[in-house]
Amino acid sequence: MTNAAMQGTYLGEGSGPRAWLLTTDHKRVAWLYLISLTGFFFLGGAMAVLMRIELATPAGDLVSDDGYNRLFSLHGIIMVWFFLVPSIPATLGNFLLPLMIGARDLAFPRLNLASWYVFIFGSLFALFSVVAGGVDTGWTFYTPLSTLYANGWVSTAAFGVFIVGFSTIMTGINFIVTVHTLRAPGLTWFRLPIFVWTLYATSLVMVLATPVLAASLILIVLERVFGIGIFNPDLGGAPLLFQHLFWFYSHPAVYIMILPGMGVVSEVLPCFSRRPLFGYKAVAISSMAIAVFGFLVWGHHMFVSGQSAYAGVVFSFLSFCVAIPSAIKVFNWSLTLRKGEISFETPMLYALFFLALFTFGGLAGLFLAALAVDVHLHDTYFVIAHFHYIMVGGMVTAYMAGLHFWWPKMTGRMYSETAGRIAATVTFVGFNLTFFPQYMLGFNGMPRRYHTYPPEFQFWHVLSSAGAVVLAVGYLMPLFYLGLSLFRGARAPDNPWHATGLEWQTSSPPPPHNFKTMPVVTRPAYAYDMKGLEHERFSPYREEAAE
Amino acid sequence: MSFGVPFVPQEASSQAGQVDALFYALLAFSVALGLALTGLVVGYAVKYRIGSKADRTGKRSRSLPLEIGWTMATLIVAFIFFGWGATLFVRRDHPPADALEITGLGKQWMWEFRQPGGQREINELHVPVGKAVVVSLAAQDVIHSFYVPAFRIKQDAVPGRTTHIWFIATEPGSYHLFCAQYCGTQHSEMGGWVTVMAPEQYAAWLNSQGEGETLAASGEKLFRALGCSGCHGANSKVRAPSLDGIFGRPVPLDNQQTVIADDRYLRDSILNPKKEIAAGYQPVMPSFDGLIDEGEMQMLLAYLKSLSPQPTAGARP
Repeated sequence: MTNAAMQGTYLGEGSGPRAWLLTTDHKRVAWLYLISLTGFFFLGGAMAVLMRIELATPAGDLVSDDGYNRLFSLHGIIMVWFFLVPSIPATLGNFLLPLMIGARDLAFPRLNLASWYVFIFGSLFALFSVVAGGVDTGWTFYTPLSTLYANGWVSTAAFGVFIVGFSTIMTGINFIVTVHTLRAPGLTWFRLPIFVWTLYATSLVMVLATPVLAASLILIVLERVFGIGIFNPDLGGAPLLFQHLFWFYSHPAVYIMILPGMGVVSEVLPCFSRRPLFGYKAVAISSMAIAVFGFLVWGHHMFVSGQSAYAGVVFSFLSFCVAIPSAIKVFNWSLTLRKGEISFETPMLYALFFLALFTFGGLAGLFLAALAVDVHLHDTYFVIAHFHYIMVGGMVTAYMAGLHFWWPKMTGRMYSETAGRIAATVTFVGFNLTFFPQYMLGFNGMPRRYHTYPPEFQFWHVLSSAGAVVLAVGYLMPLFYLGLSLFRGARAPDNPWHATGLEWQTSSPPPPHNFKTMPVVTRPAYAYDMKGLEHERFSPYREEAAE
Repeated sequence: MSFGVPFVPQEASSQAGQVDALFYALLAFSVALGLALTGLVVGYAVKYRIGSKADRTGKRSRSLPLEIGWTMATLIVAFIFFGWGATLFVRRDHPPADALEITGLGKQWMWEFRQPGGQREINELHVPVGKAVVVSLAAQDVIHSFYVPAFRIKQDAVPGRTTHIWFIATEPGSYHLFCAQYCGTQHSEMGGWVTVMAPEQYAAWLNSQGEGETLAASGEKLFRALGCSGCHGANSKVRAPSLDGIFGRPVPLDNQQTVIADDRYLRDSILNPKKEIAAGYQPVMPSFDGLIDEGEMQMLLAYLKSLSPQPTAGARP
């Protein structure tokens, strides 16, 4: 990649470790994150595959009970904090936010690089916990199990998550300030691409919720290491207090994870339909509504915890309310396709699969918000299926859509379209085969986090395990053809998809400071319907001499 | 018909059918909406694929009436399901007054039950068909969760407090009992069977288990052994309040407040007696924190409850 063609682009600005590890270019920091997160994704994924192999038979035969408990705990901890939370914001968001708003970089480039180092520092603690023998608390760290009874490396893992939280906060602050201060002339709030809106909403949640997680994890470490009574009733503490604190962060965190995915899909669907996003304002406002309502629903994780029944009623009501902005988005995305000129390149396939999986995952959320039904389904595989439909079917699929959509911009190379479409389809099939049976398991009463299970559940478990293998293939494929494209891929034009966003108006890959001249925005986002321009590459932006 | 593959769970309690009615209503709604959206998107994708000759006049990219319309529609559907679920749910707090009271103790990694007559069971629970049963749950170590899928009921057992769950079993048979809350190494082994029997068989089974000592009787012995009776006994009203009829009664405190003597108050008064002091008494009672385990706490609570004239089985005041 270090040939003459990269001269004048951000990739041509030095190639040694120093040039990458000390960079403050948001595009290079995005790559640092992308590479680290890919490592964590496959580490967490490998643990999931081991679990699914273990669960192919009712008895525990591949790993011991403690081994299994460590697998699902680490799978959760790694996937949530070391992949899903930073995934789209720290990679695609980092790369694209300044490009999409016509800025030369994020507001605080050094803070951006620092956030990656903090992330790596925190992840060292987590990796140490893995190597040293694991953690057996589940990713939820429920007390008093985590503080008094767990045998694993709980304190180091919790401390790792605590540190990574600071990296999240740094990214959040950086994005908020960037969106407020660095928008190009003419780029008003309601001209912002929805991806920027969702990154903004995500950042607000990151900054407001993560400190609560940090506080609760530190309290765990204090109780575990120093015996200070906070959650342990024997020391005068309250076990449920931890659940309140944990979910006060972790429910909004679910929206940290899904909102950016919604943003990506809002970019891809209009582009490949050649239509403006239907109901732009409704989608933008609903993103903010999700961010706000997300803070008020944490108690729906605790309907059977011994929390007051009337608190349960209030939390159920608010949970149904948070379903509404999500439904609004789905309706608007669907209508975006109407009367378009739809083509089915890889990013579009992923985006359509997102739409299906997110819808069916979201509808399952209604079951869990309905109190009496949740009593039955809580802590069963139904919850696992719901969560993975949103987080993997939704978020990871959107991440793949985004990665394929902006890959030409990020690398200056095109990947194999055929391979991309096959991988997207394999992922979709494998995903449903893995997780749909888990809805059936949950409805029939199979509890989660079980190393062994009654034999009548085996049929569904075998289907799910078979699906996991297919899904693994679907996720491994891009590693190869995207990797190959770096060396053999055709040169990407500046705007291969004929998209309208500002990021497509600069070269592929972009120059070190993104734009040679400062763009001035005169049109709304997604102006795919300008007369006579539906099929053509066009530029809705005037380029004017800057300074 | 299902070749042993579970498609729908058994319904074996009075709640199960009601919960399932809501479940299937949600399912019908979800499938209908999901398929409608899928049909819409697939339909558009085919009809408006690139190069197709479909009519594309009258394009729109916003519609306020449509936005308001589907927002209101989803609101109404959401409120219906919310109200339905909540109505069924709040009944959890109101067990029938004549319910059979069984105590359950969760500990790593077993369930221990005690029948009203004192018969003890491990990982087994025998109950009569057609009779309301309240299980008072406590946890010895970490949080556990009492889950009987066929009954559609689940309740966490939380260290340091008592929680309740009730049901009326409707079909004789054996049903899975699980621990649903992850509780450590052998979490998946923590469970067994709930056996629902005809009332006469249940009575015969109780007899075959021997008389056993009731929880309250064990509690009374413990009450003496720990020296509680020395101060709270009938002859020494000077130093400590009498506990006759204490359960469910309002207790005036020395800080002008009044609390109801429920499970929580009694438990706290044993473990942390200086927290809420009955008006007119000196705070001289020692704490029994660390001296009794959760099983003994259940015995003491059962004994104190037995001192009240009317059994308020499982009712949460």
